[in-house]
Amino acid sequence: MPAPIIELRHVNKSFGPIDVLHDISLKVDAGEVLCLLGDNGAGKSTLIKTLSGVHKPTSGIVLMDGKEVTFANPREASEMGVATVHQFGGTFPLMSVGRCFFVGREPTKKWGPLRIYDRATANEIAVKSIQGFGITRIDDGDRLVGGMSGGERQSLAIARAVHFGARLLILDEPTAALGVKQASHVLRIVLEARKRGLAVIFITHQVTHAMAVGDHFAVLIRGALAANFLKGEKTREEITDLMAGGESLANLDAEVQDVMDAEGSRASPVA
Amino acid sequence: MSDTLHRTGAPPATRSARSFSFGALARRPEAGSFLGMVIVFIFFAIAGGANFVTLGGTASWLNVAAEIGIVALPVGLLMIAGELDISIGSVIPAASMTVAIISGYFGLPLILGVAAALALGLLVGFVNGILVIRTGVPSLIVTLGSLFAVAGLTLGLSVIITGSTGVPIQTGPIGKALLGQFIAGIFQVTILWWLVAIVVVGFLLHISRWGNWIFALGGDKVSARNEGIPIDRLIIQLFMSSGFAAAFIGISQAILYNSAQVSTGQSFIFNSIISVVIGGVLLTGGFGSVVGIVFGTITFAIVNQGIFYTGFDANWASLIIGVLLLLAVLLNNTFRKMALNYSPKKGKS
Repeated sequence: MPAPIIELRHVNKSFGPIDVLHDISLKVDAGEVLCLLGDNGAGKSTLIKTLSGVHKPTSGIVLMDGKEVTFANPREASEMGVATVHQFGGTFPLMSVGRCFFVGREPTKKWGPLRIYDRATANEIAVKSIQGFGITRIDDGDRLVGGMSGGERQSLAIARAVHFGARLLILDEPTAALGVKQASHVLRIVLEARKRGLAVIFITHQVTHAMAVGDHFAVLIRGALAANFLKGEKTREEITDLMAGGESLANLDAEVQDVMDAEGSRASPVA
Repeated sequence: MSDTLHRTGAPPATRSARSFSFGALARRPEAGSFLGMVIVFIFFAIAGGANFVTLGGTASWLNVAAEIGIVALPVGLLMIAGELDISIGSVIPAASMTVAIISGYFGLPLILGVAAALALGLLVGFVNGILVIRTGVPSLIVTLGSLFAVAGLTLGLSVIITGSTGVPIQTGPIGKALLGQFIAGIFQVTILWWLVAIVVVGFLLHISRWGNWIFALGGDKVSARNEGIPIDRLIIQLFMSSGFAAAFIGISQAILYNSAQVSTGQSFIFNSIISVVIGGVLLTGGFGSVVGIVFGTITFAIVNQGIFYTGFDANWASLIIGVLLLLAVLLNNTFRKMALNYSPKKGKS
């Protein structure tokens, strides 16, 4: 059995006296989708940033392909195949598809004594890569990215990451701002990336989206791993409750009712 | 990866047709400014009578366009990158005074004065760039500060050194030929320098990969940094190029008019920004073209000079420019929306 693409062993991260991540151990194999769930402030962003080289773990180790690695900066992480796609970032609305796809890594060709940007090659590769993920509507590399839908822009970002050799794809709430149809586009692309043997870490708030693509689920609560289970081991309700912070939503209902009652009893004198 | 490389070798199945189409032209950043330029030219050709379309009339606006244009090009690059530089307004007179004091007042070789003036422009640009990236203060404020600081330094030092706010400078035939000559008696040699600058900046922005970084920087600074673009270095380079261009114009003015004054050049601030915006560059960055900036500059210069060929009082020129600016921005917004919403018709092959 090959070593997992990425593995965290007992990773802690603290900023000064504040512990943000506490003893996180996780692994993602090739062709596996890990859904990372957790409420706001649970430490998801810190975990992503630790994986993508923005932060260094305070203690614990990160392994890629079974070998220990440390990323000095995001550039180094991305060179080793860790690609992070943010909710909106990474695509430039007023740039053409080809230019956006190759931003920072433009293909060049010789032009007399000068090296120039190779627009034709850039457009061709960009369009092919995006179409390879099932977005066949994009057939002109000169089109502006701003004219594409949110789902298509996410696809562009994912296709770009894969093209440039990503092996671990970190998707930070890619479906959060999308409609149902667009979101299903993105989910299909996640599955395509899995089929191609990438390790995917998928961060989301939507249980439906998580259950549609996830092989493996991890729930973070206050910086610690509260649950770590495989597909089919828990029901939708149990997952929802975990995402709400580990408490049952039924309990939450009761609490809300208590607060409302308390508010109601002292509402009149305030006015 | 090897899969992708393999497929690249195959003939492209999806390359877009390169045939001529009005639609494709209208989606380019310079579409609006081209229309504006044509309309303004036709208007003054009619209102200005025969004199406006003569060589002399052409020279009058081309000379103005060349001076503004050399500064407008790097200012436009900065704007595409999402930054502004208004310190050019005092770099121009500072460079004029530097070359006049060194090569006129002290009588040292012209090359020394020119080198010092250009170095000054680069230095101001470098300081602007450093301040912008280190402090995170908007570049409008940073360069507003350096605009006043450099103006104060120029005035103070000029008075201390020469005891005057204006210094005469006499240059030899080589200096005149390079920077202060009139071709055929009416066309300033600056026009040729402008053409050179257009080619160089056009190459940098649209053909080199460096240009792609500028668009990315102006489009989304954070993403550009994440993609590994050295944005700090890029910002400093851009500010240095606008300082350099402003110094160049300052030098050429001193040599052309055989004197330097401490208070010329403020008009370049707005004139260059207006030219760039008329030229279809998005004030907030990420969109624009060199051809558009050139059209915008010509449009501005035609209005500025054309008014003298009409029977109107020249005071009306500012009114026309103001209205033109607003119309140009609205027109450019319309064309940009067309470009954004464009998608090829389904089923069309």
